[in-house]
Amino acid sequence: MLNGAVYSVVNSIQGTDMRYSFTDEQEQFRDFVRKFMSSHSATNAVRVQMETEQGYDRDVWKNLSESLGLPGLLIPEEYGGQGFGAIELGIALEEMGRSLLCAPYLGSSVLATTAILNTGTDKEKNQLLPDLAAGKKIAALALAEPSGQWDAASIETVAQESNGNYRINGTKSFVLDGSSADYIVVVARQENSVGEAGISFFIVDSSAAGLDKRLLDTVDETRKLSELKFTDVAAKPLGTVGDGAEALQQTLNLSYVALANEMMGGAQKLLENALEYAQLRVQFGRLIGSFQSMKHKLADLLMDVELAKSAVYYAAEAAAEGADDLPAVASLAKAFASDTYLKVAAACIQIHGGIGFTWENDTHLYFKRAKSSEVFLGGPDLHRERLIQNWQKS
Amino acid sequence: MTELSEESVRMEVRTWLEQNWDENLGLVEWRSRLAGSGWGRPNWPQEWYGRGLSNNLATVVQEEIRQFGAVGAADSGVRMLAAATLLEHATDYIKDKLLHKIITGEDAWCQLFSEPGSGSDLAGLTTKAELKGDNWIINGQKVWTTSAHHANHGLLLARTDWDVPKHKGISYFVLDILQPGVEVRPLRQMNGHASFNEVFMTNAVIPKDMLVGKLNHGWEVAMTTLSHERRLADGLRQMGGTASKSKSKGKIFKELAAELKVESAPYKWYPQRAGRPDLTVNRARETGAINDPVIRQEVAKALTIHQANQWTGRRARQAQKLGRPPGPEGSLGKLAASHVARAAARAHTLTTGANSMLKGSDGDLNGIIAEVLLSVPAVSIAGGTDEIQRNIISERVLGLPKEPRSDTGPFKDVPRNVVS
Repeated sequence: MLNGAVYSVVNSIQGTDMRYSFTDEQEQFRDFVRKFMSSHSATNAVRVQMETEQGYDRDVWKNLSESLGLPGLLIPEEYGGQGFGAIELGIALEEMGRSLLCAPYLGSSVLATTAILNTGTDKEKNQLLPDLAAGKKIAALALAEPSGQWDAASIETVAQESNGNYRINGTKSFVLDGSSADYIVVVARQENSVGEAGISFFIVDSSAAGLDKRLLDTVDETRKLSELKFTDVAAKPLGTVGDGAEALQQTLNLSYVALANEMMGGAQKLLENALEYAQLRVQFGRLIGSFQSMKHKLADLLMDVELAKSAVYYAAEAAAEGADDLPAVASLAKAFASDTYLKVAAACIQIHGGIGFTWENDTHLYFKRAKSSEVFLGGPDLHRERLIQNWQKS
Repeated sequence: MTELSEESVRMEVRTWLEQNWDENLGLVEWRSRLAGSGWGRPNWPQEWYGRGLSNNLATVVQEEIRQFGAVGAADSGVRMLAAATLLEHATDYIKDKLLHKIITGEDAWCQLFSEPGSGSDLAGLTTKAELKGDNWIINGQKVWTTSAHHANHGLLLARTDWDVPKHKGISYFVLDILQPGVEVRPLRQMNGHASFNEVFMTNAVIPKDMLVGKLNHGWEVAMTTLSHERRLADGLRQMGGTASKSKSKGKIFKELAAELKVESAPYKWYPQRAGRPDLTVNRARETGAINDPVIRQEVAKALTIHQANQWTGRRARQAQKLGRPPGPEGSLGKLAASHVARAAARAHTLTTGANSMLKGSDGDLNGIIAEVLLSVPAVSIAGGTDEIQRNIISERVLGLPKEPRSDTGPFKDVPRNVVS
């Protein structure tokens, strides 16, 4: 296992320059992850997993957990994790996005794990995190509802208290890995609360009575989303009931950064695919990559991808530092990466021509991931709005 | 030669400044001292007013001179391009004649490269140089010549052989601008400024010994000039020119201020050309446009690409600092700057509303916003159009094939513009 000892140097070299480059150790980490992904998440493997209900290969997940320790990347060593930060998380997600890894990583190891880290008591973390770190348990974060908003104020699901026991009623939707998770971290509000008040986190077992799970038919088949209906479902509080809004926002900020890095990895891979095809395909007696219309399009895509890289790397370092500008730059990165990913995906189809519109060609897999990532955790317009709200500089 | 330590260089220059600096000297007199000591251009060779120091140590010396509060060698405008080119390619005769006055700032330079008929395709130039006796006789027209109206020397590219392919028949000269055969006319731009000139050469005369590099090898010499110009342009894009903040009162500072005023005048609008993304958020706040959700989106877009471009530049510099091989991020700044400028101009228009129709003192920010809107089109043309940038990126960074060419034969047979 690659543990903190090997990379302990990583966390000690931090300063503002880290926003613009990786350490040699981080580059080495990237190589490990990329090698793993290329041997375990080639697109033929992706195509097999996306057809399944579970959506991922348990053996690959086990391997990824045991040999690379990736599910525990963010989890401190005292809870059985690797004790790394957002930069290494960003690297891992970039590589996963590159290879469209089918795994409950974003859902369990990022969203649910971060929620537990931000809200749980020490005792709860001791109970929950070691199994998540080892990849032995999968958790899902149930936040959004059929209204499709990922924020505290939009939550209508209610947790009713009676003699210290909680019961949840409401409907959660767009829950990533909600059907395959062992348990659900539910964000609900206290009765009669509004806005950011009364927001609380709960743990619900996946087999709890009154929990009705339905796998949604998703455009991006590599991401399994579920609708979860809660009818008087018994729930255990996670952390302090009633003041979870800030922890939720912290969880989301890191998740934006994680998703942005994942999107950028996909965009980079698509650019490489388009470039390769442009140097392979002959029309009118020339490689299509020799036409200015193609060259200019590809030059523009390179510019977009490199700018997006700068944004997502900067945001990852801001998250690692817990910097003041994180709320602004996390949203900047999310909006910019999703615009870029979609632009590159559409252009990659165009550069491939007819073959790019076929099921056989891999581009549509990325296009669909780009489309679902664009709106997951809020669309680019919403994130630009958040950028303006949080932009402090004058 | 062993490399000197930074500390010893700092000490040495400081000691020299303590013994020699006098703010009541004239600018030229002081800079002559600098030239004589080698501290004015420490990275130049010892035999040519320098000390043969590395570029890094030369930066240290400049820092030290600035911190001391003294004045450095003249370094603005095209003179630095001239110096770099002459040092590398010129005869000792030319160096002896011209380098000293580059350091003192007595000579001002301009670059006579672009022509009305050859913009992106610089090697398609048609200015003609013919050898008559001991002189080259020059006929032709140049354009986009910054500062030609106060320059006395020009770096000139002219065609000396029409029977060979375009790049192989060009020679590089130093032209004396102040002669009857040279006419300089200011070129008024769409934003009202006149930073550039047209230069007409009618039987202008260049003594035979003012050829730089070998006959018909001017293209190689021009590459030296252009590589330095790119660095200069990167600097200008970042800063849009600098002004001295010195509060000292000596005679030399008055002369320096006057020099700077003349030399920075053509660059006054350069910050506006870049779109002033730095103003977008505050402008939206001040005008109340920040309350409009559509405008907020456009401001956010401008801010996003501006920040991303800044961070990309930092990535490139950081990679260089760490000695890592340059990635694609270092080649994209010019193209990205065009996108930033346009995004910022869009945000400014939305924020400014109907006042976008007004300029000068009627315009917002005393005309600065109008100047942004009217200057941004230049950023995707000057110093290599966006289209040329895309060609360069796709061929050199992405490795895509070059365009098939129809201009590889003798230049006299290559189709070209008819210029009236």
